[in-house]
Amino acid sequence: MSGALEISTGEAVLFWVLAPLMVIAALGLLFARKAVHAAISVVFVMVALAFLYTALEAPFLGVAQVVVYTGAVMTLFVFVLMLVGVDASDSVVETLQGQRWIAVLFGVGLASVLIGVIATATLPDAQGLAEVNTDGNPVGVARLIFGQFVFAFELVGALLITAALGAITLTHRERLGRKRDQRATLDLRMRAYGAGEGSKVLTPLPAPGVYATHNAADAPALDAQGRPIEESVPRVIRIRGQELTPEQIDSRVADIAAGPFVATIDVPGNEPPGPAAPEPEQGEQR
Amino acid sequence: MTLVNYLVLSGLLFTIGAATVLVRRNAIIMFMGVELMLNASNLAFVAFGRLHGTLTGEVVAFFVMVVAAAEVVVGLAIIVSIYRARRSVSVDELSLLKN
Repeated sequence: MSGALEISTGEAVLFWVLAPLMVIAALGLLFARKAVHAAISVVFVMVALAFLYTALEAPFLGVAQVVVYTGAVMTLFVFVLMLVGVDASDSVVETLQGQRWIAVLFGVGLASVLIGVIATATLPDAQGLAEVNTDGNPVGVARLIFGQFVFAFELVGALLITAALGAITLTHRERLGRKRDQRATLDLRMRAYGAGEGSKVLTPLPAPGVYATHNAADAPALDAQGRPIEESVPRVIRIRGQELTPEQIDSRVADIAAGPFVATIDVPGNEPPGPAAPEPEQGEQR
Repeated sequence: MTLVNYLVLSGLLFTIGAATVLVRRNAIIMFMGVELMLNASNLAFVAFGRLHGTLTGEVVAFFVMVVAAAEVVVGLAIIVSIYRARRSVSVDELSLLKN
C-alpha cells in the first residue's frame, strides 16, 4: 500500500482536543508556584502524549509511555518531592537581573524558529505505518531493536544497570552511631526506671476505654474493682482536667464503678438477643 | 490536518520545557522541564517515522525513553543527596564553586 496518508476525522478531533490542553498543562509547569501542581500538569502532558502515540500508529510506544513516564518517572518525581518537602514553593526573587525577560525573549524566539522551520519545510508525502505494521507494531519494533539496533540495545541495558547502581551509591548514607534496636531501647528504659526517671511503671501503660464500650482517649479504663485507672488517660488530657469520671460516661459505667458488679442488664427490652443467661453467673463469680 | 501539526505541537512543548529550565529555581521543576523536552523530541521522532513510513523513529524514541529514565534516576539521586547536605533544592543557593 503506498500513496499519501489519509488522516481520519477521529484522529484530527483527538489531536485538536488534546493539543491545546497539553500546551496549557505544559504552561502550568512553567507558571505553577507549587512543585506538586507542576508535577500533576506534567503527568497530564505525558498521558496525553501516550494517546497521541497510539493515534500515530505506535501503540507499543503509547504503552511504554504510560509505563515508563507516568508509572515510573513521575512516581519518582513525586516521591522526591515528598522527600524534600511538598510545601517548598519557588521563590519569586529574581537573582539575575532581567533574566525573566531574556528567557521570554528566548522562548518566543525558539518557538518561532522551530515552528517557522517546520511550517516552511517541504516534506514528502506522508507514508503512514500501515505497511510496516502488517505483523503488528510491537513485532515490527522488536525486529528493528533486536536486529539492526541490537548493539545499542545492549549498551542501553548496561546504562540502566549503571544508573541504578549510581543512584544507590549517591543516596547511600553512612550510619554514624550504632543502630538502636529493641534490645537497646529496653536497656535504656530499664536504666531510666532504675534511676527513678522516665515512666513510673515498667509495663506498657494501660489503654483508655471502659470495657471496650467507650474507646475515647478521655474515658479512663476501669480496674478489677471498677475504679478508674489514672495512668490510662494520656498525660496532656489529665493535666488539662479533661479526663471523664465514670458518672460522666454513662449510667452503666457509673454503676460498675459504684458498687459490686451485678447485672443491671436484665431490664426488659434492653437485653441483647442471644445467650444472656451466663452473664449473671459471671457476675456472681466475681 | 497533516502530520505537520504534530511537529508544531512538539516544537511548542520543547520551547516550554526549555523556558522552564531557564526560569525556574527549583531543581526538581527544572528536571521536569528537561523531561518535557525529551518527550517533545519523542513526539517529533514518532511523527517523522510515520511521515517516512519506517519504524526507526519509534525505535529511537524508545531509546530516548530508556536514557531519560536513567537520567532521571541519577539526577534525582543527586538532588536528594544535595538536599541532605544543604537542606535546599534551590539552584540559587548552590554556589559553592563560585569563588
